[in-house]
Amino acid sequence: MWNYSEKVKEHFFTPRNAKVVEQANAIGDVGSISCGDALRLTLKVNPDTEIIEDAGFQTFGCGSAIASSSALTEIIIGKTIDEAKAVSNQEIADYLDGLPPEKMHCSVMGMEALHAAIAQYRGEEFVDDHEEGELICKCFAIDDVMIRRVVAQNKLSTLEEVINYTKAGGACSACHEKIEWVLESCIEDYDAASTPASVELTPPKSIVERVKRVEAVLDELRPMLQADGGDVQLADIDDDMVFLTLTGACSGCGLSGATLSMIEQRLSEALAEPITVYPVGGAAHAGGVS
Amino acid sequence: MNLNYKCCTGTPESDPLGSAYLDNNATTQVDPKVVEAMLPFLTQFYGNPSSIHSFGRPVGQAIETARQQVQELIGAEFSSEVVFTSCATEATTTAILSAVEAFPERKEIVTSVVEHPATLQMCEHLQRKGYTIHWIPVDKKGRIDMDAYKAALSDRVALVTMMWANNETGTLFPIRGMAELAKAHGILFHTDAVQVAGKVPIQVANSGIDLLSLSGHKFHAPKGIGALYLRRGTKFRPLMRGGHQERGRRAGTENVSGVVALGAAAAIAAESVRTDTARISMMRDRLEQGLLARVPNAFVTGDPGNRVPNTSNVAFEYVEGESILLMLNQFGIAASSGSACTSGSLEPSHVMRAMEIPYTAAHGAIRFSLSRFTTDEMIDAVLQELPPIVAKLRTLSPYWNEAEGVPHTEEFAPVFG
Repeated sequence: MWNYSEKVKEHFFTPRNAKVVEQANAIGDVGSISCGDALRLTLKVNPDTEIIEDAGFQTFGCGSAIASSSALTEIIIGKTIDEAKAVSNQEIADYLDGLPPEKMHCSVMGMEALHAAIAQYRGEEFVDDHEEGELICKCFAIDDVMIRRVVAQNKLSTLEEVINYTKAGGACSACHEKIEWVLESCIEDYDAASTPASVELTPPKSIVERVKRVEAVLDELRPMLQADGGDVQLADIDDDMVFLTLTGACSGCGLSGATLSMIEQRLSEALAEPITVYPVGGAAHAGGVS
Repeated sequence: MNLNYKCCTGTPESDPLGSAYLDNNATTQVDPKVVEAMLPFLTQFYGNPSSIHSFGRPVGQAIETARQQVQELIGAEFSSEVVFTSCATEATTTAILSAVEAFPERKEIVTSVVEHPATLQMCEHLQRKGYTIHWIPVDKKGRIDMDAYKAALSDRVALVTMMWANNETGTLFPIRGMAELAKAHGILFHTDAVQVAGKVPIQVANSGIDLLSLSGHKFHAPKGIGALYLRRGTKFRPLMRGGHQERGRRAGTENVSGVVALGAAAAIAAESVRTDTARISMMRDRLEQGLLARVPNAFVTGDPGNRVPNTSNVAFEYVEGESILLMLNQFGIAASSGSACTSGSLEPSHVMRAMEIPYTAAHGAIRFSLSRFTTDEMIDAVLQELPPIVAKLRTLSPYWNEAEGVPHTEEFAPVFG
């Protein structure tokens, strides 16, 4: 049985706001019955102040799904919808004194229900970016669709690269064999697709070209970093030394060393010469990685 | 040394007295008589059974007694056909890999889609290595598709491996008939009898079964001991090499106390199959009928007319299994669920999916599995506590219309449903 915190158990056995809010003017229905989770969030928003005056949930799901829904309603009541929108799934998990890694998706569902309800209130369309692939890394909830996409985009070929780029397999390591299977099938796919004659890169001839190539690599990687709430900025280039600033969630992340070494590898490939990356500013504590 | 410390805090949340353990397909209580039989082999009789001296000899004899006890439980012709293993997963792994190695020219395996992971994942592994696996489907009641089975048999098949009874639903496959069909093609036949041994009489002599796996802890022996039945004359390749133990078929110094315990449990089970089955199946039926009468929108999964006597799998629609189990646990009631959440995966069990149980029900499937230690009071406890739990969870469920007491799947269509 799961090692649930006391707070999770408490919110499961005596959930708060388990109801349909009367005269709700914002409803968010999210979830996937195939995954065993579904949530309807009903809100009463004051149209003048945009304050959420009442919130109720109905949840089909496991202990942590019900507890996460209960926690969500407690967190957002009294907030304006803009304040509520800033609530992250981590805050829901923290409110419950943490969730088992395999259960973090329950807190994500709460956040998505909130976003769906707010979108409905504002008459916008809620776009979900939910992946429906086979769950590979249970610690970080990363599925094969995501791994395939990142592998294909970045032409990855080793387990270590997949860990560095996606975080999948970066914690308990139980999924390493599965990652290798996904990787093998990806490599088969792009071996079949690729043309034998690949363009041989030469080192850049001007400083402008050098900067352009570095920026191109960073632009390519940026969406991935932003997906984790972080970002990267080019600070300076001096010959074969590239100075970067990791910002947002990347600065201070335990995996920033791995991120930098991944960037370093990509830059070296793009510039066709060995590059050393130096973190400056926010991630200075990570030190040189070369 | 302080021997009074408590080694763990993970004790059941309520006193075992008054608790209802109904998860015997997961594991069983070790019979006190079995404990009594095995204890001397942890203290007085510690010799190595391979030794020639007087420390070893009684130990070796105890192993042979246990072998005969297992032989009798499964109705084998010779006691030497019983090979002790560390567990049923080892027995099954040995059976599959042995067949593959012994018949290298045969590159196909026949199995079902509802097997235990021990079989499933070994077959998937071989599939990646280039073997063709015939995954035989089941119908909505979990019954094997015999036409597909017959069609898959050929002289290219190294092994058929089929579970005798399903661990989630208790549904029985017609193993003896299937084994005969395999025999006609000269194919080795293995059955995972983990959920059958000790519950239903087994007679492997004069059957088409060549290999059979069983596990001690499913019938009141401790964990860590199992056995592989290996018909005399069957071409065999060991999994573990490096010793003469078990006639070279399973190297490694024997788990003597486990072997003795398995033998004792087998002897008791051979008797119990005759004396306790009627009582167990009556309690199971009372539980099942009582739940169906008290809880609307609930149904039995699998093939109720053809299953082991101790198992009932009831799907409660529009509620999720882990929530039910957590609430049952508050009352000291232990059961299992095929829901995704209990396992940490995102999909309900492969058995529920293979039977095409709708997702709204598959996640709420609860397995109750009884044993000869189950009492009427335990059944009463479930009948009393479970209906209000399901009702409470349904009030929380967006798929349930509380006012009318009916599902409202029509109105609730979540964004990525």
